[in-house]
Amino acid sequence: MMSTLRELTTEELLAPGHRMCAGCPVPTFIRMTLKALRGPAVLVNATGCLEVSTSIYPYTAWRLPWVHVAFENAAAVASGIEAGFKALMRKGRWDQKVDVIAIGGDGGTFDIGLQALSGALERGHDFLYICYDNEAYMNTGIQRSGSTTFGAATTTSPPGAKIPGKREWKKDLIAIAVAHDIPYAATASVAFWKDCIAKVRKGIEVDGPAVIHAITPCPRGWRHEPSESIKVARLAVQTRFFPLYEVENGKYRITLPVPNPLPVEELLKTQGRFRHLFKPENRWMIEAIQRWVDKNYERLLKLSQL
Amino acid sequence: MKRIGLTGDEAIAYAAKQCDVDVVSAYPITPQTIIVEKYSEYVANGEVDTEFINVESEHSALSACIGASLTGARVFTATASQGLALMHELLYIASSLRCPIVMGIANRSLSAPLNIHGDHSDMMGSRDCGWIQIFAENAQEAYDWTIQAFRLSEDPEVLLPSSVNIDGFIISHSMEGVEVLEDEAVRAFLPPRSGACAVDPRRPSTIGPVALPDYYFEFKRQQAEVMKRVPVALERVCREFNRISGRRYGKFQSYGMDGARTAIICMGSAAGTARHVAKALRGKGERVGVVKLWLYRPFPVDELVRELEGLRSVVVMDRAISFGAPFGPLCSDLIGTIHGKLPKLKVLNAIYGLGGRDITEKDVEGLYREGLRMAEAKAPMVRVKYVGVRE
Repeated sequence: MMSTLRELTTEELLAPGHRMCAGCPVPTFIRMTLKALRGPAVLVNATGCLEVSTSIYPYTAWRLPWVHVAFENAAAVASGIEAGFKALMRKGRWDQKVDVIAIGGDGGTFDIGLQALSGALERGHDFLYICYDNEAYMNTGIQRSGSTTFGAATTTSPPGAKIPGKREWKKDLIAIAVAHDIPYAATASVAFWKDCIAKVRKGIEVDGPAVIHAITPCPRGWRHEPSESIKVARLAVQTRFFPLYEVENGKYRITLPVPNPLPVEELLKTQGRFRHLFKPENRWMIEAIQRWVDKNYERLLKLSQL
Repeated sequence: MKRIGLTGDEAIAYAAKQCDVDVVSAYPITPQTIIVEKYSEYVANGEVDTEFINVESEHSALSACIGASLTGARVFTATASQGLALMHELLYIASSLRCPIVMGIANRSLSAPLNIHGDHSDMMGSRDCGWIQIFAENAQEAYDWTIQAFRLSEDPEVLLPSSVNIDGFIISHSMEGVEVLEDEAVRAFLPPRSGACAVDPRRPSTIGPVALPDYYFEFKRQQAEVMKRVPVALERVCREFNRISGRRYGKFQSYGMDGARTAIICMGSAAGTARHVAKALRGKGERVGVVKLWLYRPFPVDELVRELEGLRSVVVMDRAISFGAPFGPLCSDLIGTIHGKLPKLKVLNAIYGLGGRDITEKDVEGLYREGLRMAEAKAPMVRVKYVGVRE
């Protein structure tokens, strides 16, 4: 695996000129992802920010085969593409290995696409599923998803006089993926490119399904400066809010240990979506999030020692 | 050619087996399940070289079919009722992305209340989805149409998905003698799909983009145009199929239309009953006929107008209700078809057989009698009635 930037391919399969928002780290993340390819690949994109902003007819930002079918079925479409190429190869009507990568946002993965993803993982298709997680339905205007952090303000979990933001906790996507006994699952952050690219490559290389869950801050929805997306993504790791780890054939490994974490408050205060938590009557929520972060990291440490 | 005993479901599965399908992606649902069960047996016994994807829902079934079809594979699936309803959004996407998928549908009612028996509500709920929609009367037709549907769908002039519909239980589960072709004959009629990969990394393209008000309409307008190419291609396919099978298909099949005053128009298994009753009535000198529609979408407008020209009245049998609409779906299509072309043709719309309710000879005879009465000068132009239901 590469250890310096120079070793990366200079080929850019996501062309400039797409219409993602200023400061959105998703294109950066996708460019990293595509630099991890080992050969010909097809990308299946669930409906979402990335899809609508890169394919507005008659233009396209994609320099590799790219397919969008619907919102909840990227993993099912990927299953079909994988099976199609497999059948055609076996029957002598296709001559090259094509890697299949499905990409969806948190809405398309944690919520509406979870069934299709579970089915595809259970069936064992050889493909990589990537979730870029910006913790809400950003494409439709910042509505809460099953991935939104407890307490966060979204347009469907607004902090009101009675209810101070989202009341439910974020799902553990990797635990769900790992429960399918797949060969590879990992978290990734756009702020740690080397870790990210290495994981995407591993996910492609394993024989069978792989899942990568990447944190991609959203300046519009998280209410931070567009220039600070990478910094926020880094803070998410440094506070242990979004630990970087991988699970290879069931074996957990923290790929970027955080021995001396910053308080989660340092992350929360960078974002307007948590502003209301800093009112005296809501401070308990920050403490609750800190306890959630600590509990998850402890669990991860234990799992990585198994 | 040999004759074997097959149910409607088995006939579709047998046809798909002979069509050398590359990928099947399907989910069980009554009364279609036998199709996927039989096909799974073929896979397990090595009788076919197919990737069989046992998906977790019909939604994923059709999603995976779309993915597989884009690689250039020949793709088959089957469903019914709630399964077809769950596929709904993908039906439109499959046709819009020009995926020549073939789907067997054992037509069944829609919930609620839950009912597993045959009617056409499921397909009628999806009649505008841009698929070629074919209705077979019996197991033989189901077999023949499945093979022809692959040729038609994959025709480079067409590239649209097709559904082959059979009445749930009445046809799907009834065993009949079916004349099947030799494997080699089907292979010669339907060579493997080739050169059809839309996701070729050597020629990258963007499939399923966003198209806003400045382009979307043109996409849809072109799709409407493609539908117009189907009838010509269908004739070509049916002609060639006739050569290998001796059986001639087309957009519809008529019986007793010479000199008929009234005729029943229907789809699926009811056509057999209608023909049987027409035969008896004609024996008594009644001038009645039957038009059994094979091709429901695209609707064979001009040909039907010619076929119905001499009639005084027509009885349109709908095995579905279009709630709140003036007629059942088939009748709405027919009235649109004859408007301004056959201004004197009177129309009786008979809605029958929902949730597997039997349609009897007596019911059909009653419809013919009523059709003949409507042919009289003083009768109203249009009537809608429900047949065989407690009201």
